[in-house]
Amino acid sequence: MAGWSVNEQKVPQGRLALFSYISVALVISLLVGFWKLQVVQSGHFADLAERNRIRYIPIIAPRGAMLDREGRVLVDSYPSFSILLLRDDPKQLEKSLPLIEDGLGIAHEDLQQQIDAARYEPKFQPIVIKPAATEADIAFVESHRADIPILELMMVQRRRYPHGEMLANTVGYVGEVSPQDLEKNPDKYRPGDIVGKAGLEKEYNEQIVGTDGMRRVVVNSVGKMMRTLDDVEAIPGKPIQLTIDYDLQAVAEAEMADKEGAIVAMDARNGEILAMVSRPAFDPSDFAVRIPPKEWAALNSDPQTPLLNRAIQAQLAPGSVFKIVVATAMLESKAIPPTFTAYCPGYAVFYGRTFHCAEKQGHGTVDLHQAIVHSCDVYFYNVGQRLGIDRMSYYASSLGLGHRTGIDLPGEVSGIVPSEDWVQRVYHHKWYAGETISVAIGQGALTVTPVQEARMVAAVASGGNLVQPHLLKDMQNLKVDSFPISEDTVEQVTQALYGVVNEGGTGGALKLQNVEFCGKTGTAQLMSLETGSRLGLGKGRNSGWFVGFAPRRNPEIVVAALVQNTKLFGAETAGPVVRDIVKAYYDKKNGRLTPPPSTAENDASPEASQATVVAQGAPRP
Amino acid sequence: MKDRPHIHDFDWVLMGIVGAICTMGVLEIYSSTHASGMAGMQWRQLMWIGIGLVGMFLISRVDYHTLMDQAPILYVIGVVGLVGVLVIGYSRLGAKRWISLGGGVNFQVSEIMKLIIIIVLARYFTEVRTDRLTLRDLAKIGLLTVVPMALILKQPDLGTAMVLVPVAVVGAFLAGIEWKHLAIGLIVIALLVPLGWNMRRHLKPYQQQRIQTFLHPEEDQRGAGYQILQSEIAVGSGGFWGKGFGKGSQNQLGFVPVRYSDFILAALAEEQGFIGVCVVLLLYLGLILRLVDNAQKAKDKAGMYVVMGVTAILGFHVLVNASMVIGYMPVTGIPLPLMSYGGSATAFVFLALGLVMNVRMRRFVN
Repeated sequence: MAGWSVNEQKVPQGRLALFSYISVALVISLLVGFWKLQVVQSGHFADLAERNRIRYIPIIAPRGAMLDREGRVLVDSYPSFSILLLRDDPKQLEKSLPLIEDGLGIAHEDLQQQIDAARYEPKFQPIVIKPAATEADIAFVESHRADIPILELMMVQRRRYPHGEMLANTVGYVGEVSPQDLEKNPDKYRPGDIVGKAGLEKEYNEQIVGTDGMRRVVVNSVGKMMRTLDDVEAIPGKPIQLTIDYDLQAVAEAEMADKEGAIVAMDARNGEILAMVSRPAFDPSDFAVRIPPKEWAALNSDPQTPLLNRAIQAQLAPGSVFKIVVATAMLESKAIPPTFTAYCPGYAVFYGRTFHCAEKQGHGTVDLHQAIVHSCDVYFYNVGQRLGIDRMSYYASSLGLGHRTGIDLPGEVSGIVPSEDWVQRVYHHKWYAGETISVAIGQGALTVTPVQEARMVAAVASGGNLVQPHLLKDMQNLKVDSFPISEDTVEQVTQALYGVVNEGGTGGALKLQNVEFCGKTGTAQLMSLETGSRLGLGKGRNSGWFVGFAPRRNPEIVVAALVQNTKLFGAETAGPVVRDIVKAYYDKKNGRLTPPPSTAENDASPEASQATVVAQGAPRP
Repeated sequence: MKDRPHIHDFDWVLMGIVGAICTMGVLEIYSSTHASGMAGMQWRQLMWIGIGLVGMFLISRVDYHTLMDQAPILYVIGVVGLVGVLVIGYSRLGAKRWISLGGGVNFQVSEIMKLIIIIVLARYFTEVRTDRLTLRDLAKIGLLTVVPMALILKQPDLGTAMVLVPVAVVGAFLAGIEWKHLAIGLIVIALLVPLGWNMRRHLKPYQQQRIQTFLHPEEDQRGAGYQILQSEIAVGSGGFWGKGFGKGSQNQLGFVPVRYSDFILAALAEEQGFIGVCVVLLLYLGLILRLVDNAQKAKDKAGMYVVMGVTAILGFHVLVNASMVIGYMPVTGIPLPLMSYGGSATAFVFLALGLVMNVRMRRFVN
């Protein structure tokens, strides 16, 4: 044996025993530790384990469709897939990014930007990197499950606008709920929820939004779904039926295809909007998927304001259309005898200023009927001067101008009906008498919207029923304002408006066979500076109006058309548009309507080209 | 008195306990991995156990005195090996711990160093011969321990480096450390902890992270704190009776980190509950007490030091690993002996037990 181990001392039994006791004590303290976790706090940890294991995946409810008055689909929803990127594993992320960029065709900068934007979000929350996956994208994700485990598919519901730009400004568009709305309604919305942002999508969001369902799935530690536990099915949103008539809408869209402006076609009896157009428009489908920032900026800064619904948001001088109001004021107030005549030499001088008539040669001696039929400005200068601004503004206001019509769309504007009071309030100066003369022919500070025009004319022709324009077919609590107009007045004014079209008046080229088609032209040469710059229109450009209706008494249909940014007059541009829509209405009623093109995107429809030809020969307003 | 060691002198009680622990380990490895891409791992663990048993038998045949004769040479070989790891070692997961033996077999030198330090310190303590350790002795023991520790730390492998400490501490305790030295030592350690905390900038980032995580596990849900938290969730959600074999969601769905190795006790706690944990920890306690019993019955102090060196290392492993699983200690990468999956670690335990058998079989031999 080696020298180092000759020691034969006894082993230290005491200290070994002490070691044993310490071991026992340590094991007991460990058991106490396990006891605390496994018995005392086991409920808490069982809860955490469940939360770990179970992920709640929303099943997105489709938004309700929008149907026209005959149940034809204008807007609906369809299921689609979004591609999610799981970000828990930075190494895998780094490795897979080039493959993902390649496979899904996403630019490197775009993808990197999206990842950077989400860097403060919890890492276990996946981000959407491709909102609308194509079939090829889905195939790519499915076939690379093994080597790119950080991609996941999520079913979503998307809005479909099968007719493209048709009715776009009215229908509006959808988008992700804004942070402000989220803050206001934390119970109602979750981040990423799709809500209506404009138009009917916004107005009726509550009705058409569905209730999302929920799927409970078991996920593993990298978030991969292992199996489904249970489903709470989504409740689809209810469809809404609109008052829109697809056939008329298609005609109206085709009429406006190459124009700028708006159309409102309304059932004069109850306020149902049959067609509504605003041009230029946009394709709401662009918003159905996340809209690229560049495209959004372009739509917003476009001087032609495609996002504006001109039918309810364009405020322009009504021009000669306003003569309907002035005539009504003249007859109803009895301030001027109905037989009042004026001599028109082509101009008139008031307060030292010369006001021209649109007809430079002059109309000679005219009465009210002829003054409306031929749109004599001098006659109405005289009437306006005698009535005074406050009487005109009272009737304008009573016929719904200067107020919102109450149409079921967000963002309607009220227009302006100037009065002495209004000038005092807004500009803090006294009313200039000369302004009265301008207002009498629908110029000056006076502005109206197309939908107000339609409603005003419908009210006059029906003896004073101011209907509430609306787009929802079964709208409850419709408000009808009554401003009774005497039978004599209605008869005289409507006869004159019939004359405009049927007695060789300013709308003489618009005559329709077998239809009592009446109307009034208007050309707004001036507009408020604010509106002008907002609509991006330069000086010297006209806005042509035509408001038409049929039949003459108690009309069924009233159509207001506005064609902007044109060198032509109202009768030449807006007139044919209105006539064609009224004609289509009667053709359909009599079962003679040719089916419209499947979508309104065909620019060269027969109506449109015909209208242009007719317009060339039309007389001036 | 016999003059040859006999197979009947093998500690069959100890082997029974070892067998029970190994069985629970292999079953839990199976449960943790059978549904994953690592299925079949239990067979490899059984293979390591088999290899370990052979190694144990072989090492028990060589008289431990003969091994202790070679202590200086073994120590030099171990230190050179550790240096070799740093120079020509093979890196995996950011740490250089392995030397390739060719043919795809990689060998973790620090595991062998654990055996060597047991033998070296046992010999040193035996040579002291008195019941009093002088400060000079303590300094020498410290130096002998610190050199390999520093080399292992350099790999970096904080866990294995720490494992060498209890061999020295327990040895010193048994060799008769004076209470005042022990007290001073404890005070120095108590002072060194805050100092070390201030020196943490010199630690590797992953070590800093581990300490940070240990102190504030909730701060970093998906980082290193995630491991401890998930382990605690697994243990806690297991409750008293456990969720059943193969039915732990934390385990089966992979929330428990390295559930077949360092965190195998968390996986077992989830599926077998507090009851299962009691069985396992009591088996380990039985193992420790049986080892102490062997030390008490050793023929000489040399044998006692060898057995207690082994006991110190195994006990330390169990203590640190179980504490980590319930969040009482930071994640250090110290496996649970005989249960955690791993070739080198399992082989080490069996070789260490071989030393114990060696001592036991020679208790009656002259």
